[in-house]
Amino acid sequence: MLLIHCPYCDETLPEAEFTYAGEAHIVRPLDPSAQTDEQWETFMFIRRNPKGPHYERWRHLHGCARYFNAVRDTVTDKFLTTYKAGEPRPDLESLK
Amino acid sequence: MSRFSALSLLKHSLSGHKNWSKQWPDSQPKAEYDVIIVGAGGHGLGAAYYLSSQHGITNVAVIDKGWLGGGNTGRNTTIIRSNYLYDESARLFDHSVDLWENLSQELNYNVMYSRRGCLMLAHTVHDVQSFKRHIHSNRLNGVDNRWLTTEECKEFVPCLNTSRDARYPVMGGALQERAGTARHDAVAWGYARGAAARGVDIIQNCAVTAIRRNPDGSVAGVETSKGFIKARKVGVSAAGHTSVVMQTAGVNLPLESYPLQALVSEPVKPIFPCVVMSNAVHAYISQSDKGELVIGSGTDQYTSYSQRGGLPLIEHTIAAITEVFPIFNRMRMLRKWGGIVDVTPDRSAIISKTPVGGLYVNCGWGTGGFKATPGAAHTFAWTIAKDEPHPINAPFTMERFRTGRLIDEAAAAAVAH
Repeated sequence: MLLIHCPYCDETLPEAEFTYAGEAHIVRPLDPSAQTDEQWETFMFIRRNPKGPHYERWRHLHGCARYFNAVRDTVTDKFLTTYKAGEPRPDLESLK
Repeated sequence: MSRFSALSLLKHSLSGHKNWSKQWPDSQPKAEYDVIIVGAGGHGLGAAYYLSSQHGITNVAVIDKGWLGGGNTGRNTTIIRSNYLYDESARLFDHSVDLWENLSQELNYNVMYSRRGCLMLAHTVHDVQSFKRHIHSNRLNGVDNRWLTTEECKEFVPCLNTSRDARYPVMGGALQERAGTARHDAVAWGYARGAAARGVDIIQNCAVTAIRRNPDGSVAGVETSKGFIKARKVGVSAAGHTSVVMQTAGVNLPLESYPLQALVSEPVKPIFPCVVMSNAVHAYISQSDKGELVIGSGTDQYTSYSQRGGLPLIEHTIAAITEVFPIFNRMRMLRKWGGIVDVTPDRSAIISKTPVGGLYVNCGWGTGGFKATPGAAHTFAWTIAKDEPHPINAPFTMERFRTGRLIDEAAAAAVAH
């Protein structure tokens, strides 16, 4: 079971309290009608799916119920950090 | 390749079965191939087999970072069925079942395909209605599927709990009789043996680190841990690692990789006659010929390449199984494991050409790739050999995520995702 730190509650809690919400930092287009099919495809469906550090969203569903972001290594499943939604994407170098 | 028969078995028994020849050589890479397949699972080995047996292309290598059949081919719960809702899926999976039926004879290798049937349990009025619609849709597509009442379900699977006060009462079920199981390892071995006999090189313990392209953009070959290997065409059949491999060629796919877990019990005497699936409680179960109950779980909620997965999901799966089969609630589980599956947004596979000339991909099988092994391999080989899709896999392009022509089994499939 993963142990996940909620940056709002400032507590490290079991995975069962959280739900995964996919890749983070995917920005919804400001002018949707100006998007090409290819841009929509990328926005909707194409994911980095990296083998290594992954920027992703989690939700503390059975707690404060808020969304936050995390960096997790998808090879070890170890969380490198978690941070509040809206905060800038942390530099990977600073997490080593 | 020595042919297996009752006579050869008898002959070799006289020498204590010590003189069987190797089934395929442990090949080292040549400088150049007509086709390189990345990934020596059932799908990749099968594609090499059909390339060599049906398209006359024998200068082929199948390259794997580990041992053949050591990925998801050796980690799945061996279920075969074709009761998918949509026309495109029904054709593809039923094509596979057609090939399964004769596969042992074709390969001269016993893949232990067992037509034991797959029963999908309905626990709610909604289940009953959607399963009946499903059955009609399947029958219109020529896929066998029929409705069983609660009593008929009990008759078919005597250890099923059909009492009315069950938390999830069984209100009937959809039975596909042509569904069943097969020996997963044997599928990889049978295809490997058949392909090697026709001249295909199977190169194990050789990781493909990158796909290299020519200045004109077309595929040039693959970089591996044993050096560069030139190829006219490259087919990627790397399951959970497809994203990683394809990104080296500059192709980004609509895939995410998740752990999928399974577990087996201690072996017991034959008690379970078929495959049973229950979407409402999310359980699926069958019994192997060794006697173990083979139990499949769902994917973990997060993407991962860890080949492990979390225990909460196993607990949930066991809870579901003992709900439907209280008889098993004191059985001990022997082992559990995980594989990494590549999941597409519409939960249908991609067997397709790519924007890169000479590069082809067979991926996105998610949680249900084993059953499709022969059909996927056959149509993938066709696509590579002719540089155009077989009519059966033509809808399974990667462009559908741009055009919107999804094959949305995510909402429709006969399994909960």
